[in-house]
Amino acid sequence: MLAKRIIPCLDVKNGRNVRGVKFSADIDAGDPVELASRYDAEGADELVFYDITASSDGRDIVMDLVQQVSERIFIPLCVGGGIRTYDDIRAILKGGADKVSLNSAPVATPELVTQAAESFGSQCIVCAIDALRRPEDGSGKPSWEIYINGGRKATGIDALDWVDELVDRGAGELVLNSIDADGTREGYDLELNRAVAERVDVPLVASGGAGTTQHIYDVLTEGKASAALAASIFHFEVYSIPEVKTYLSDRGVIVRHYSP
Amino acid sequence: MIAIADYGMGNLRSVEKAFQFLGHEAFITDDPERTKGASHLVLPGDAAFGDAMRNLRAAGWDQAIDDHVATGRPFLGICVGLQLMFGASEEMGEHKGLDLLAGRCRRFPAAERVPHIGWNQISIQQPCVLLDGVDEGSFFYFVHSYYVEADVAEESVAVTDYGLSYTSIATRDNMYGVQFHPEKSQKAGLRLLANFAELN
Repeated sequence: MLAKRIIPCLDVKNGRNVRGVKFSADIDAGDPVELASRYDAEGADELVFYDITASSDGRDIVMDLVQQVSERIFIPLCVGGGIRTYDDIRAILKGGADKVSLNSAPVATPELVTQAAESFGSQCIVCAIDALRRPEDGSGKPSWEIYINGGRKATGIDALDWVDELVDRGAGELVLNSIDADGTREGYDLELNRAVAERVDVPLVASGGAGTTQHIYDVLTEGKASAALAASIFHFEVYSIPEVKTYLSDRGVIVRHYSP
Repeated sequence: MIAIADYGMGNLRSVEKAFQFLGHEAFITDDPERTKGASHLVLPGDAAFGDAMRNLRAAGWDQAIDDHVATGRPFLGICVGLQLMFGASEEMGEHKGLDLLAGRCRRFPAAERVPHIGWNQISIQQPCVLLDGVDEGSFFYFVHSYYVEADVAEESVAVTDYGLSYTSIATRDNMYGVQFHPEKSQKAGLRLLANFAELN
């Protein structure tokens, strides 16, 4: 049976792992290489590096980190953040990442997804969306708007229309990040996950809002996500990965237990 | 010395570093001639079947692989590398494969999410040296949209369930193919690669 995946995410800025709340304030949460090794040993199913560095110097540091981390872990590594061009994608994959995660760039240049999926294969093209819940419009149906540039800029694009386009263009997997829930530790946006799950056929990774093991259980069952991504609960050792997996398997969710 | 075929597809470094981590000498080469001195040959791959076959033929890899396996030296296909070992694929049109094993590649039925991404289990159908020390039901990391339908039951070493049961490890003589990525599958994957590297 295919296991539900638990994916720790490292937000990397200038070579350190930082953690934001609702896309702002940074708190230092440790050395990325050290954390990556810890998660590998704990049986993380995958690792995501999200580069939130603005400067080009910082970018080189992150590329160096990707190389260092990919040399010592034997699980898939996905790298995202600030990827603009085809050459950026090629460089990151060559640097040792197994997948890249595109977010803002496809909004300006949707062809980037098509081009990248055709050259490198859909399996390594992950598209992430940052979605903010729209105010109730009286229809009784929730809706979300796509934001870009780290959640700072509204696009006017409807999230459900956008995921259709991303999948049509060859995205092999989607990461759904709820801006409303990000960093709150109050739970994933289950409705967002379920709405997208019913819309597209590629695997979905839920992101933003994990605070308890119950939240993770909820998004993998009720939210229909294939994987749950979390950051702060792992960095600050609120839960270990084996604790989360035991909680899930005790409740009938298929997970992969790992001992090094 | 383990040669890893570079025909412009896939994350080759991760395969190379897994062998090196295990203490085996491995090198990536885009020159099929260089496989002549290699004890083992690995064919990785992440791309579409048709593109991969075209690249293999253009660089003369199809002949180099035939020559390598004809001498009985160990050969391992990973992911699309396994699929290429079979006769044909229906991925984006009809394509002919290397035809080392009998069977074909088909797309997963629409009932499941495609690609099949993540950690899934193997169910061992028959003993195989690659699985020495690997437990029944072990999890490996998979990423693929097409699966292999093997014609010869004895060549199907392990199967995996995803909407249907399909061959996830195949073998004949000294040729092996795995649908998952052993280089991304922690302890079980490294064990399988070590078993391959120790074949002679």
